[in-house]
Amino acid sequence: MKLPSSSVIASEAKQSFKDLIRSSFEQTRFQRALWDHAMVYVLTLCAVFMLFILFTILIHLFIQGFTSLNLDFFTQLPKPVGEKGGGMANAIAGTFTLLGLAVCVGVPIGLGAGVYLSEYANQNFAQVVRFMADVMNGIPSIVYGIFAYIVCVLPLKSFSALSGGFALGIMMIPMITRTSEQFVRMVPSQLREAGLALGVPKWRVTVDIVIPSALAGITTGIMVALARVAGETAPLLFTAFGNHYWQRSLTEPIAALPLQVFTYAIAPFDDWHRQAWAGAIVLILMVLLINGWAQFYVMRRNRWSSGK
Amino acid sequence: MVGDSSSVIVSDYFGVIVSEAKQSFKKEAHMDLKGSIKVKDLNFYYGTHQALKNISMTIEPHQIVAMIGPSGCGKSTLIRIFNRMNDLIPQTRVEGEVLIDGTDIYDKNTDVVSLRRRVGMVFQKSTPFPKSIYENIAYGLKIVGIKDRRILNEAVEKSLKRAALWEEVKDNLNKSAMSLSGGQQQRLCIARAIAIDPQIILMDEPCSALDPIATARIEELMGTLKDEYTIVVVTHNMQQAGRVSDKTAFLMHGQIIEFNKTTDFFTRPSSKVTEDYITGRFG
Repeated sequence: MKLPSSSVIASEAKQSFKDLIRSSFEQTRFQRALWDHAMVYVLTLCAVFMLFILFTILIHLFIQGFTSLNLDFFTQLPKPVGEKGGGMANAIAGTFTLLGLAVCVGVPIGLGAGVYLSEYANQNFAQVVRFMADVMNGIPSIVYGIFAYIVCVLPLKSFSALSGGFALGIMMIPMITRTSEQFVRMVPSQLREAGLALGVPKWRVTVDIVIPSALAGITTGIMVALARVAGETAPLLFTAFGNHYWQRSLTEPIAALPLQVFTYAIAPFDDWHRQAWAGAIVLILMVLLINGWAQFYVMRRNRWSSGK
Repeated sequence: MVGDSSSVIVSDYFGVIVSEAKQSFKKEAHMDLKGSIKVKDLNFYYGTHQALKNISMTIEPHQIVAMIGPSGCGKSTLIRIFNRMNDLIPQTRVEGEVLIDGTDIYDKNTDVVSLRRRVGMVFQKSTPFPKSIYENIAYGLKIVGIKDRRILNEAVEKSLKRAALWEEVKDNLNKSAMSLSGGQQQRLCIARAIAIDPQIILMDEPCSALDPIATARIEELMGTLKDEYTIVVVTHNMQQAGRVSDKTAFLMHGQIIEFNKTTDFFTRPSSKVTEDYITGRFG
């Protein structure tokens, strides 16, 4: 009897392997389709749930707060206990002041650190700093408040707008460091080389070419950080403290929307509750406004760059 | 004596090169042109990998020298030696001498920033800065402290005209440089390089991302720029090397296989490897 040659055996084995794949493919068709549909369904549900939370919050805010949302709210000081009406003008201005101060602290240091990590740092050191920044991002905001209380409020012997801005500012530093580092790193290295090849010193290349190239991303990062600290209450309890009147200088306690919302929400008066809701709405709108403006700015810049 | 006989052989062997070098030296002395490059026994290492081996060559002022060779042969590395661009890559090492107009640019006293002002560079990918067309050109001048608007305007116009871009952009100088087409961007980069009046312009595959029409414009431009600058161009395109250059160098595995007048290089290559490469038998 003639034995089949090894190549025949091999080709038969290959054939049966192909059959095996094909048949098992056929058998599992229904199962695969089921899983496919199920997964899409679950993921969609997750996305819808997220939107559901957001809209529930927004709708609830508007239902509760919109009766108090009038011109007085934006122009009047809070009324004494028992009197109806009044507004949160000082708190709105206070929040803007605090955010301005926070930007003065957070942006230069955060951006500087981010640029340093991307452009100059030794990679091992950069890794350590990056890790530390992530740790800092995870520190509860009340701890920042206590820190600012110790280094700012105690030496100045007074609660103040400065210490509140400082607390929010140092919260922004690690966030801005991380985002700006990422975006600066994304600038193509050819652009840096082109600058250096033109006989431009490295620091000027960084300031004039690299940072402007990454500006859209850096701005977005700053805005996200700003939006996050705008709503912080805990660090302000120890620092800005709150104020029922207009503050006259930055070394005095200052009102802030989140603080005012907090104070009004835990008070036993219905009118104050409504005002607290309105305050929350204004806070959200402020954040939206800042973000929208930043997006607009970035878009306009991009449009100019691409020449449209 | 042993020493004598060997030196005779060596001088015989390199006789041609030596006499050529002498001639070029005389020429330099007479014409007093700026922008000569002289490389002596150059070795270059990326870490432990030797990318350039025993490179010696002389580039005379106001010539166009093309460098060709397969990918990874070291031609880009070599061109980046001339403005010390390789300094930016960590763990690189240079041995040997590179003289530009007689001064060793790898001397420890060399000011790299001022070297790069004398030796401009145009890259493969056009690299307009995120600024307006005007600011792209004026930037190099502003860096050295020129603030006079009139001088800047003049320089911008002159450089753009020199780079054959003026007619296309003169009404849109405040538009973003990113809005230009690829070919225009590349000419903008050339204009930017010549605005600060260098002596040498290095071009690293300046046309590899451009269509044939834009390429033709750049090549034409190189021909006119030769009057004022020494140009060293790296190219993958042998026809381009043949069209634009006065001399052509062929590199392989980090060594110069052949460096000769372009006309001779392509018609009578002296080495078999060069002939195989330019006739397309490999690479």
